[in-house]
Amino acid sequence: MIRVILPYHLRTLAGVGKEVELEIAGPLTLRSVLDALEIQYPMLGGTIRDHVTRERRPFIRFFACGEDLSLESPDLALPDAVAAGREPFQIVGAMAGG
Amino acid sequence: MNGVRVLVGTHKGAFILTSDAAREKWDISGPHFAGWEIYHMSGSSVDPDRLYASQSSGWFGQVIQRSDDGGRTWQPVGNKFVYDGVPGTHLWYDGTQHPWEFKRVWQLAPSPTDRDTVYAGVEDAALFRSTDGGQTWHELPGLREAKGNLWQPGAGGMCLHTILLDPGNPQRILIAISAAGAFRSDDAGETWRPINRGLNSGSELPDASAEVGHCVHNLAMHPSRPDVLFMQKHWDVMRSDDRGDSWHEVSGNLPTDFGFPIAVHAHEPNTIYVVPIKSDSEHYPPEGKLRVYRSRTGGDEWEALTKGLPQSDCYVNILRSALAVDSLDSCGIYFGTTGGQVYGSANAGDSWKPIVRDLPAVLSVEVQTLP
Repeated sequence: MIRVILPYHLRTLAGVGKEVELEIAGPLTLRSVLDALEIQYPMLGGTIRDHVTRERRPFIRFFACGEDLSLESPDLALPDAVAAGREPFQIVGAMAGG
Repeated sequence: MNGVRVLVGTHKGAFILTSDAAREKWDISGPHFAGWEIYHMSGSSVDPDRLYASQSSGWFGQVIQRSDDGGRTWQPVGNKFVYDGVPGTHLWYDGTQHPWEFKRVWQLAPSPTDRDTVYAGVEDAALFRSTDGGQTWHELPGLREAKGNLWQPGAGGMCLHTILLDPGNPQRILIAISAAGAFRSDDAGETWRPINRGLNSGSELPDASAEVGHCVHNLAMHPSRPDVLFMQKHWDVMRSDDRGDSWHEVSGNLPTDFGFPIAVHAHEPNTIYVVPIKSDSEHYPPEGKLRVYRSRTGGDEWEALTKGLPQSDCYVNILRSALAVDSLDSCGIYFGTTGGQVYGSANAGDSWKPIVRDLPAVLSVEVQTLP
């Protein structure tokens, strides 16, 4: 079971709290986490990744264990601490505004 | 008829204003979808409790929400708007070609005959249709074949912002795009042709009377007289008496013929409304006076409606989808401003009152007359 922290507006869209838990079958990667998240919460489809290209939306960032993973390959294996549920995988709306 | 429901989309959420037929006391609910841009909300005339909302964000993209209980509860439905085939390119601001890219839904138009059919006008300009209550969307790609490579964005983007469905003829659909012009389909959206003959855009286009490229801001039609169309263009208020085949100017004595919305009285097909704005460079009312103009002659002869509206130091804008009418016996008319006010008139514009004063900037106003 891994933990995913969502930005405020996606929590309200999905009707969940700050953190959701996901069961991931197979390798734990950026792609597998996002796939599982969209299956469990289909209303999040298209809000984090483009529906067609599957590219990260420009104003979305991915953080884990103090690292910015936003520009990494979707097939990057996530840290063991995320896999073990000790650390969350964070989906963040990029800082913008005043 | 026993009431009205005013659907207000703003830069930071949706609001629903409800009143009985007297339109004196209003219940205000919201913000719904707080913090998101709500470009448009619309209700089905087949099932007035079925509402749609276009919810979008620069961070999280497009969401479509649907309510089946008049806006008390909402469910996200389909948000997958994928152009048919390879969409190609259109003109960019600098005259180069630019790839078609989906950005947001500007307008939602439920079918007047089928509860589950709804149309969506999007940016970059295209028309989509859903026949399952918004769960899935399919483009009507014939529209982009109407010289789409010559369309270009206006200041608000290359948006399909107006959809008119002829209630007496399901084959006929009219749409408008900034800055491409007006287009009509007579075969339920399969094929389209530009309907811009008579428009003059000498300040914006190298060919003032080009077939496409005109910055049409809004279209209006009375359901009882669908052959007559009214248009607020970037500059000029226009009228067509032949379904858009040709247009002539009816700006008449307006103080300025720049503006965004245009609307038709619910019971008087020749009574129309516009809100003049100073210019394309200064988006606020001339002289700081917020005036709705009414023509009872289908254009050319206009009267200012000012009672209850600020007549000094008013510098708000009224956007293209932010003017609407109800169909109660005494026609009500409503508009929202970029200053967050929603004004209503229960007497066809003779006098006005603010229903609410301090909302976020209003993007759209639609009205349902409730049975």
